[in-house]
Amino acid sequence: MAQIVSFSSDISQMDSDYENILEDELGQDSATSTQRCPEALQMEVLRQCTDTRSTTRSHMRDETVDSLQRNSLQRNCWSAATLKVLSSMPSRTAGPNSAAVISRHDRNSSQLHRRRNSLKVYTQPSRIIQDILVNSDVEEISAEENKFEQLLSNLRGLSVSDRIRKLRATALSLKDKMEVRRLAFSDVAESSLISRNIPCYSRMKVYISRTWRSCWFSCLSVRASLQLWHSPMKKLSGRFGTGVLSYFLFLRTLLLFNLLLFVTNGLFLVFPQAVNPPSPTPYDTFTGLDLLTGTGYLSQSLMFYGYYTKTFIPDPACGAANHESPGLPACDLEQPQIAPYSITTAYFLTIPITFFIICIILVYSMSKSFGQSFQVLKSNGNLAVKVFCCWDFKVSKKMSVRLQSEKISTQLKNAIKQKSFEDIELLLLSAVVSGVNLLLPGLFNLCAWIEMHDSPSVRVYVSIFRNLLLKVSIVSVLCFRWLGRIAVEPENLHLQCWESFVGQELYRLLLMDFIFTVLYTFLGEFLWRLFSKHVLKKNRKPVFDIARNVLELIYGQTLTWLGVLFAPLLPTVQIIKLFVLFYMKKTSLLLNCQSSRKPWRASQMTTLFISLLCFPSFLGAAVSVTYAIWTTKPSSECGPFRNLTTMYQSGQLWARELESSHPILSWISWAYNSLLENPLVLFLATGVLLMVIYFQAQVVDGQKRIISRLEKQIENEGKDKKFLITKLQGLSEQSSLVSPHR
Amino acid sequence: MGTTASQLGKDLLSEYQELTFLTKQEILLAHKRFTELLTKDEKDRPNIRISMGRILALPELKSNPFRKRICHVFSTSEHKDGSLTFEDFLDLLSAFSDSATLEIKSHYAFRIFDFDDDGTLDCGDLEKLVNCLTGETDDTRLTTEEMRQLIGNILEESDIDKDGTVNLSEFQHVISRSPDFVSSFKIVL
Repeated sequence: MAQIVSFSSDISQMDSDYENILEDELGQDSATSTQRCPEALQMEVLRQCTDTRSTTRSHMRDETVDSLQRNSLQRNCWSAATLKVLSSMPSRTAGPNSAAVISRHDRNSSQLHRRRNSLKVYTQPSRIIQDILVNSDVEEISAEENKFEQLLSNLRGLSVSDRIRKLRATALSLKDKMEVRRLAFSDVAESSLISRNIPCYSRMKVYISRTWRSCWFSCLSVRASLQLWHSPMKKLSGRFGTGVLSYFLFLRTLLLFNLLLFVTNGLFLVFPQAVNPPSPTPYDTFTGLDLLTGTGYLSQSLMFYGYYTKTFIPDPACGAANHESPGLPACDLEQPQIAPYSITTAYFLTIPITFFIICIILVYSMSKSFGQSFQVLKSNGNLAVKVFCCWDFKVSKKMSVRLQSEKISTQLKNAIKQKSFEDIELLLLSAVVSGVNLLLPGLFNLCAWIEMHDSPSVRVYVSIFRNLLLKVSIVSVLCFRWLGRIAVEPENLHLQCWESFVGQELYRLLLMDFIFTVLYTFLGEFLWRLFSKHVLKKNRKPVFDIARNVLELIYGQTLTWLGVLFAPLLPTVQIIKLFVLFYMKKTSLLLNCQSSRKPWRASQMTTLFISLLCFPSFLGAAVSVTYAIWTTKPSSECGPFRNLTTMYQSGQLWARELESSHPILSWISWAYNSLLENPLVLFLATGVLLMVIYFQAQVVDGQKRIISRLEKQIENEGKDKKFLITKLQGLSEQSSLVSPHR
Repeated sequence: MGTTASQLGKDLLSEYQELTFLTKQEILLAHKRFTELLTKDEKDRPNIRISMGRILALPELKSNPFRKRICHVFSTSEHKDGSLTFEDFLDLLSAFSDSATLEIKSHYAFRIFDFDDDGTLDCGDLEKLVNCLTGETDDTRLTTEEMRQLIGNILEESDIDKDGTVNLSEFQHVISRSPDFVSSFKIVL
């Protein structure tokens, strides 16, 4: 402490110009450093006292705490010179585009001349410390100037749009950015266009690029405001946070999938069949019950498979003839006036192609979100990540902020405790997982008992797993019933059109699911809140169970995907259901619920949901649909595939017809036969895929090793830095002893 | 180049659009909300600066535990009093907007968490940060022992060069491990 006093007295004795400049520079630093000193000293004393009593140092390195304190750069007794050097280290002035650096430029540029003049005044060589100070100041200013010039020259070297993008991504204040823009964009500045002799061509080019840019910006803003449900979601996230928002984002994604199905089915199946209806139906009365059960009027409508026919849609000239004999193509293909349209082929191609597109979208989004949450780097705990990233700035209501603070506090306290018991926790976790797998019937009892001891995140995963198991078993039993029993022997149930029957069952399931969700929202949330408020006299609102709700959405979507083959308009029902569900859940949330106290890692949950959507749900649906197309026998009296052995056969027939009518396209059928029907090709494709996966795994492994080596290197650099700073401190102490007064 | 309260010039608007991550609608909305905070005689003066107290009356910032730090970081005032001009306000919204890059957000998050403005996060900064996160009531605050353990764990995980502080690169390294950061570091008017 005495040394600092002597230094500040030293400094105050220098000539006045220099002093002013220094104070300007150093004033901030020394003020904060002297303020920090007593605090840092106190912290150190506290640490030394408590460390002698602590026992949980097993995770720290071998060094003792004392030596750690000595080795860190947080010592409280640095001299002013050392502090100055420390504060202007590049790692603390953060890169060439730092705001701190560039905004200091403004202050310094006017003082640059003064400083250069004062250097000439300074002649006494014995002031080693002042020497260091002056040199470092000059170097610092020239370094800052260099950085500013560097930024300008970087910008000048890029194209206009790149310049704008880079400038926007620079962390400067808007005022500084506007100045940089003025300097760097001077060659395309508007005023210079008039004064200079720029040829017409480049003026036109500039004008076009400016107009294009303004159009692009307005397009972007329109696109942002067109996003569905933008403002309701903002209100929800303001009150409940990112976890609940992920449910509604997932709902919106599902809506978009269903819209895609609706558009493709509508264009290729529903619209052509609606324009050319088959022979009139016997049912023309419509009752409300029909809407619920899907039978009666609805069964003979566009909604279900049974309505669709095999007819080629002919040109208007032979329209009359066709209506009497719907089963045969009345017009020959030799004189088509418009190309004939086969519903059979359309049905056969649309559904698998749409499924394929959905598969690609799902796999892509899954790999993207997997890539975000699975890390290449070693993650020895997520405490730092949690502390730096957990605060949700969107939350603005006071109650929600307080709730968030409580949640974070609980999480941090648990995490601190958890670090000490990590090993025991792992054992418990693996015991739970193997117990669950072996004793399925006893699953619920075991979980209910263990649940009292587990951490909250395990509880969430277990609850998701239970729900998922229940849904998967229901859907698989149903699938077996439809495809394994009904499709094989439809006469047992006196069915004339089993596909329509299956479609109707799915329709009913979807509707029942919707009705039950509505009932649960009404009874479970609204009435329970009233009940607990008035009868139980507790002010606890029910919690919005995100996991359960998302699983309900996935279940509904699985049913839709299963049913689209048998009921092409089923996605419409799902779209209506999702729309109503959004507004219902939103209202119920805002009125009835409080946000959950459980921890919620939004991105990892999103990955889990998308992968649940892809794996059991979509894959199961795709496999069932493929099975249905490949092996089940279509009923002989209804639908576009009547009188064929399998739906797949229609594809083969179509390929053969195509070959005979357009011999040029025979290579398609050759490719189809040799590639898709050949098992060798499938084996090869699987082999290639496995090799790619192996290579990627090796690359990730290599990257992990490089990263650990780089971390060791950075540690060594840190040690060098500490060493040099200590030496500098030693030097300055020495010189102060040599020349104590001036 | 002043921004009076009456209207934003078209050129200025397009310049703001180019230099920030905000859309035209967002800039106009920000202008509207900013001018609502001005008194009648202030509305005609260009480049008016609003004091921190008035900015903190905005509902989006009122309950945020980092509100004072946010104002200090984005303020270009020479008196370091956290007052904001309209351009500082746009800076704030741009850094917290939907389309801001991870680099910008992590840079400003670092500066907000650096309570003593020394360019690194040392133990004092981390302690203040945790206290802001956990709130002010007694039962949510961490005890001294817990705080010490927590800070030790944080430094162990994030201080790669072992100098006892977390500098900007180390901070950005930690942030890159969390895909949630970009969506939680958002304020929308």
